[in-house]
Amino acid sequence: MKNDEEIFEILKAKFGDSIIELNAKSPFEKVIVIAPLKIKEVSYFLRDDSELDFCSLVLLSGVDDANGEKVELEEGFKGIQGGTLSVYYHLESINQKQKATLKVSTSRENPEVESVSDVWRNADWHEREAFDMYGIKFLNHPDLRRILMPEDWEAGYPLRKDYRNPEFYQGMKVPY
Amino acid sequence: MGLLDKEFSDGNIVITKTDDLLNWARLSSLWQVGFGLACCAIEMMATSASHYDFDRFGVIPRNSPRQADVIIISGTVTLKMAQRIKRLYEQMPDPKYVISMGSCSNCGGPYWDHGYHVLKGIDRVIPVDVYVPGCPPRPEALLEGLLKLQEKIRNESTVKKSA
Amino acid sequence: MALKTEEMVLNMGPQHPSTHGVLRLELELEGELVLNVRPHLGYLHRCFEKHCEAMTYPQVIPYVDRLDYLAAMSNELTYAITCEKLMNIQVPERVEYIRVIMVELQRIASHLVALGTFGLDIGAFTPFLYCFIDREKILSLFELTCGARMLYNYIWIGGLSHDLHPDFIRLAKEFVQYFKPHVAELNNLLSYNKIFIERTANVGVLPLEAAINYNITGPSLRGSGIKWDLRKNDPYSIYDKFDFDIPVGKGTFGQVGDCWDRYFVRVVEMEQSLRIIEQALEQIPEGDVTSALPKRVKPPEGTVYARTENPKGELGFFIVSNGSLNPYRVKVKPPSFVNLTVLGELCKGCFISDVIAILGSIDIVMGEVDR
Ligand code: SF4
Repeated sequence: MKNDEEIFEILKAKFGDSIIELNAKSPFEKVIVIAPLKIKEVSYFLRDDSELDFCSLVLLSGVDDANGEKVELEEGFKGIQGGTLSVYYHLESINQKQKATLKVSTSRENPEVESVSDVWRNADWHEREAFDMYGIKFLNHPDLRRILMPEDWEAGYPLRKDYRNPEFYQGMKVPY
Repeated sequence: MGLLDKEFSDGNIVITKTDDLLNWARLSSLWQVGFGLACCAIEMMATSASHYDFDRFGVIPRNSPRQADVIIISGTVTLKMAQRIKRLYEQMPDPKYVISMGSCSNCGGPYWDHGYHVLKGIDRVIPVDVYVPGCPPRPEALLEGLLKLQEKIRNESTVKKSA
Repeated sequence: MALKTEEMVLNMGPQHPSTHGVLRLELELEGELVLNVRPHLGYLHRCFEKHCEAMTYPQVIPYVDRLDYLAAMSNELTYAITCEKLMNIQVPERVEYIRVIMVELQRIASHLVALGTFGLDIGAFTPFLYCFIDREKILSLFELTCGARMLYNYIWIGGLSHDLHPDFIRLAKEFVQYFKPHVAELNNLLSYNKIFIERTANVGVLPLEAAINYNITGPSLRGSGIKWDLRKNDPYSIYDKFDFDIPVGKGTFGQVGDCWDRYFVRVVEMEQSLRIIEQALEQIPEGDVTSALPKRVKPPEGTVYARTENPKGELGFFIVSNGSLNPYRVKVKPPSFVNLTVLGELCKGCFISDVIAILGSIDIVMGEVDR
């Protein structure tokens, strides 16, 4: 069983600059921050290395950091420009009994992250959900479509902090 | 109405109005579309299972809408689902009835404010006969809703326009 | 000249009696043989995560109930544990005991629905009615406790909404005695039924390797033969105080990890839950259940992930807190959603009727899949 610092050191030694930092801001878990286009390589290593052996991806969650600038796009409506969107990966190893949390941050205007659906199969749907809710594009994903919202939903990505609901969808009134 | 109260002693003849006869037949065997949406569907299942026994009112779940008389909208209707429900409703033969079960299908329920993907009330898509409130309504409440529907059918007329 | 053949696409759902809600499956068929299954989700997407961001922490609990509406108590427990971790609250001993009793009762109730509807899907109507009789008994215990039958809002952050009814312990003990023989009855009725075995054994075999890579959890994982239960492997609450076993699939009538194994793990789990309830009812201490309830839930900044063993599998909440009264982001780890990802893999090369059996055996709840 390894703790977060040891895992971070192993990754740092192997991947160098792609491993950005060990973020210990949260008192409950330490987060290893990784470059968004390197996450797939790192994941393969995490899964296949016999000492790390992270055999399953417990959770993949998108988060809107909303750390950009607030700008008035239209009368009375504030949008966010700039800043980042993040993806958190919670990993677990059943054999080694250890856990790790990874994070990648990508730009809000052109969010691109390498897909890990080849590494862990259940990432497929999780990534589709993150795409559906935040518009994060997962490169090399086999089938990146909306999963929960209707495919012809045009009003944007609902879990972004500056999302606005449309007035009508297919002739049905949406607000109460 | 008392159709069955009359004994069949006078030569097997019962005299009644066509309206009464038709209504009696309709209300005593309301077949429902066997179809559930969300949490309320579990209460609907519990209503048809052993404890509450929907069967005794002549309600039997049919899997095809083409053989059903009543559709119970049991749960949250989302925008993605709304058109499917409309199509189900359109497939049912007349006369057809709709029971809206639970706050969600009445008005959006707990999701009325922030539910960007929830239809705020099934009556925006199809006409509703009986609304059953509750989140979820108890099986007794659903039974009451059914009795109300039967009452409504009992007073229908084939010639007179009902309100 | 050979007959021209082509593949057929069959649409199943969203209105279908055995998709357990509003799941839609697109089956690619060659005759009776299933080549490919494509699930379409989202027909019950109720925007849970958006609601969390607009509510305060305690206000989220009723919405948590509505995720896996067959196991509302378990959902509440998970959410409460996550928030307690975030705020570093210790709950009184009596609260822990009551929570365990409730959650285990809920596990039995949820499994009863799973088993009953599984039988129903395969064509056995009677077990469904039997299961629902017993489920009603559990629901009446819940009703006595908090007044609701399905969605309770009973387990709060730092405690419970109120104490047990004075009669509860007696009635719960009576229920345990009443229910014990019923598991054997269910076995006679369904588990060892020849037709049932024919329909489920050797169907939809899930190899352990794949199950772990897909991160399948709960009875579906244990059906594949690994002893992995968060109650033992990552203990939370007071599960380390009780004596119980983790059933795993043994391949009794076919290969390890087939539908029958997944089904039977649930049956044995009900017996084990009864054991836990019995011990908890004996040991439950006196005390105040509302003493640790915080006046204001305002956790510090940070991210946290906590999880418990739900009837369906591992349920977890990932909460990002920015130090305000509302959660900044709540992400659910829904066991049904993850377990459903494996459906396509399992159904390849089986018959249409087996799809129903496989779907029933992984036991999904659409409220949790779509949230
Ligand atoms: S009314 Fe309540 S119980 Fe019924 S579907 Fe809506 S949330 Fe669920």
